[in-house]
Amino acid sequence: MIRFTDVTIRYAGAHAPVVRDVTLHVGEGEFALVTGTTGCGKSTLLGAASGHVPHFTGGTVSGQVTVGGLDTRDHRPRDLAHIVGVVRQDPLAGFVADTVEGELAYGMERLGVPPRTMRTRVEETLDLLGIADLRHRTVHTLSGGQAQRAAIAAVLAAGARILILDEPTSALDPGSTEEVLAAVLRLVHDTGVTALVAEHRLERVLDYADRLVVVEAGRVRSGPPADLIAHAPLAPPVVELGRLEGWHPLPLSVRDARRAATRSGLPARLAATMPRQPAADAGSLPGADRDAHGEGLVARGIDVDYGPVRAVRGATFRLPAGRVTALMGRNGSGKSSLLWALAGARTPSAGTWSVNGVRLNGTGRAAMLAAVRLVPQEASDLLYLDTVEAECAEADTACRSTAGTCRRILDRMVPGIDPAMHPRDLSEGQRVALVLAIQTAANAPVLLLDEPTRGLDYVAKAALTAALTRLAAGGRAICVATHDVEFAAGVAERALVMAAGEVIAEGPAAEVLAGSTVFAPQVAKVVAPAQALTVAEVAAALRPRVASSDGAP
Amino acid sequence: MTTQGPSADVSASQRRLRRPLDGASIRDMGPPSSEVKGRPTAVRPDARATYGSARSATDHRSVRPGRALRRRERTLHPGAWWVWALGLAVAAARTTNPLVLGLLIAAVCLVVALRRADTPWARAFRLYAVLGATIVALRTAFRIVFAGGGPTVLFTLPRLAMPESLGGVSCGGPVSAEALASGFYGGLQLATMVVCVGAANALANPKRLLAAVPGALEELGAVLTVAVSVFPQLAQSVERVNRARALRGGAGGRWRVVRQVLMPVLVDALDRSVELAAAMDARGYGRRAALTTVHRRVTTGILLTAVGALAVSAYALLDTSGTSAWVGGPLLASGAGLACVGLWAAGRRSVSSRYRPDPWGWLEWVAAASGIAAAAILARCAATDPVMMFPAPIPQAWPAVTGAVVLAGAIAALPGIAAPPPPLSTSRGAP
Repeated sequence: MIRFTDVTIRYAGAHAPVVRDVTLHVGEGEFALVTGTTGCGKSTLLGAASGHVPHFTGGTVSGQVTVGGLDTRDHRPRDLAHIVGVVRQDPLAGFVADTVEGELAYGMERLGVPPRTMRTRVEETLDLLGIADLRHRTVHTLSGGQAQRAAIAAVLAAGARILILDEPTSALDPGSTEEVLAAVLRLVHDTGVTALVAEHRLERVLDYADRLVVVEAGRVRSGPPADLIAHAPLAPPVVELGRLEGWHPLPLSVRDARRAATRSGLPARLAATMPRQPAADAGSLPGADRDAHGEGLVARGIDVDYGPVRAVRGATFRLPAGRVTALMGRNGSGKSSLLWALAGARTPSAGTWSVNGVRLNGTGRAAMLAAVRLVPQEASDLLYLDTVEAECAEADTACRSTAGTCRRILDRMVPGIDPAMHPRDLSEGQRVALVLAIQTAANAPVLLLDEPTRGLDYVAKAALTAALTRLAAGGRAICVATHDVEFAAGVAERALVMAAGEVIAEGPAAEVLAGSTVFAPQVAKVVAPAQALTVAEVAAALRPRVASSDGAP
Repeated sequence: MTTQGPSADVSASQRRLRRPLDGASIRDMGPPSSEVKGRPTAVRPDARATYGSARSATDHRSVRPGRALRRRERTLHPGAWWVWALGLAVAAARTTNPLVLGLLIAAVCLVVALRRADTPWARAFRLYAVLGATIVALRTAFRIVFAGGGPTVLFTLPRLAMPESLGGVSCGGPVSAEALASGFYGGLQLATMVVCVGAANALANPKRLLAAVPGALEELGAVLTVAVSVFPQLAQSVERVNRARALRGGAGGRWRVVRQVLMPVLVDALDRSVELAAAMDARGYGRRAALTTVHRRVTTGILLTAVGALAVSAYALLDTSGTSAWVGGPLLASGAGLACVGLWAAGRRSVSSRYRPDPWGWLEWVAAASGIAAAAILARCAATDPVMMFPAPIPQAWPAVTGAVVLAGAIAALPGIAAPPPPLSTSRGAP
């Protein structure tokens, strides 16, 4: 259905082509997964398949791209609308009509589908995606998962046989992600739709892919996932666990990995070397804190209201200094509201909170900013100057730290950013790092991050994890609201879980996350009942055993 | 779609059964969107389902047992509301009698109060009312400042002569009751027209109106639809960035604050529009049927001729010397006819079709006819009884009305009862 023949794509003004000599064939009914680090040319590849590149973006495409038998050279994206359906990261940005039903009809209206056919197709597609009850909803009131399913329904209703999904789940919580991926998979299996999907969180989709397309420095390799993943630059935790343990074939899903682990006796070995940690949780026992950094942030009974709606009710918890705490929960569970309230940008209706013993509620903005800093979800909202250098200098002036502080922090996190660059031209990961550096320069004892991993690949996430761990080691209390369970498992020592505005679980990450069905990372599911969350933990736990068994023959 | 309930519905039961508009708008406001992604919704999904749009013929939930008295909800065709409102605006142009104008305003307000939904544009009616009041106040104030003479002097302001270079206008001087009254009459006439347009805006969904434009103009319609939806998004963006600004701290002048908010908002808006353009392109916006060169040229020719004819006819009709007035009418008619043909021919280039176009039933005819009838009656009155329709200012003459005018007012208010009640919006509207 999608065929690339010797395709090289070069943008005007760029010294090197984005992708070169791509020859790729995705057959009908295949689920092809495109992977690669940020900026490797994934989006360009997907764009070329829909005609978006070069008709919309400009640039030169040599070679031939055919979709459903039509050459994209002669067909603009609008001429391919009846064959190719494109769904992007933020479906709301692409909605044209105001209701779900109108949105489904829009594509068919443009194609001139007769009204009677339109009526039946709208009904069928609503049922196919399970969104019939949303038909009259205004698109802006949909949740992320619902909006994404509506967007998929809209392109399917127009008759698309090829779905191109560019990171469809990167803004969704684990539940909504499942919802969207399940819908896509069902479409591929039941209706023979061809899907070309770019996705950062490989752990969610790898197992279902018929074909893996690895984009690396402009080169493209494609083949069965099990063969290619062994040498892919990015791999989900189960694969890394398989590499560590030398399993062959490499497991692609938790189920495969669990079988391999049972065969090789990994859970038992881990249980032997990792005695269940005593519940010496610094957070749950105030006063028993051995850290010299102070007690961190203590919140009691915080309520946040929006008019008649109570977004946060009675939140009581601690963010101990010197530790990273993950704040998890589904979309709309009150995570952001809580963080904004703690940062002093929204006045809670009730509750008190203090940082290192100093009560904060009722104090002025300056006192709050000195104590708590927040990196918001739309991190770029904080950036308004022309260069990275100017932003850093501005941050230093604003918090009266010595010149160069912010830049130094930034360099330690992500070295080598050109100071003359415009902040908007940075990659997603670099931008988050810049805002984090700006907010860290103020040297506040509490640092909050709201969903910082959106659009970040494994490499950028690893850099962020390292940066946060280092900041925490310096004595800060850090709280990261995130949907990304693998990231949370890697970065956090403690976890808070919120649901319907309430804090429903608080404790060491190993206990809270490993025991959860939704928030458990892949490694935890594989090695249960041993409590390890990441591959690194498993490796660390196994190393002394290897040493001792070597030493005592 | 014309499955109406008993139309002999009295307004008392209407009032009793009507949903409280104010309650609805409070519920509709929702929380300020704190979580960009989370979008905590104030509207319970079940509530939305209960009040689900009755536009759908297949939507069985909209047939509610136990509410037999209540008429089936639906929105009237937006074109009907516009014909009605423009008819009343034309009627207002035919008179300066404050009683007649007051009657028209009352009729319009009554209909809006009874038949508007809880949409954001419906709530904007208040703005038009305020604009109208401002116009009246300004026109009257001008008559005081730039005093108009008259026999009944009320008071005298100190005179202030402008220099010759400013046209020699004089301010102040004696202010007469006649001048005040005529300023008020003129202001009220303009205000009535503004209120009429405001009513059309409040009652008709602008997006549905744009969806009803002829095929040749539908792409323009889509662009306008998108533009309409951009404004709430911009407001949302400004609010979000403004709150984020507080997170960063640091003092700064007014200009810096503007920049801190404006930069991210504008960049955000640009990103969104590029994204939207790409999405629309990918979904077939701008697809064209392949047409012959001959067809295209003929269409262009017809449209150019039509525009030319319309321009010349406008000149002829507005020419006060009267020498070319006889060509005006026929030329206008033929220009309009040609324009229709041209639009139809151009519309053939478009390949699109319509999903559930708004039906035009007999209720639409009633609403449109009531506006046209009111305009016709008042035009007739203006021709036969100019003294009543254009009264001399108070105190030379006191305005009075005849039975025909009252009848016109009653007809103008008819859609308030005849039109079906609108479904409560399923949307939360603008954030």
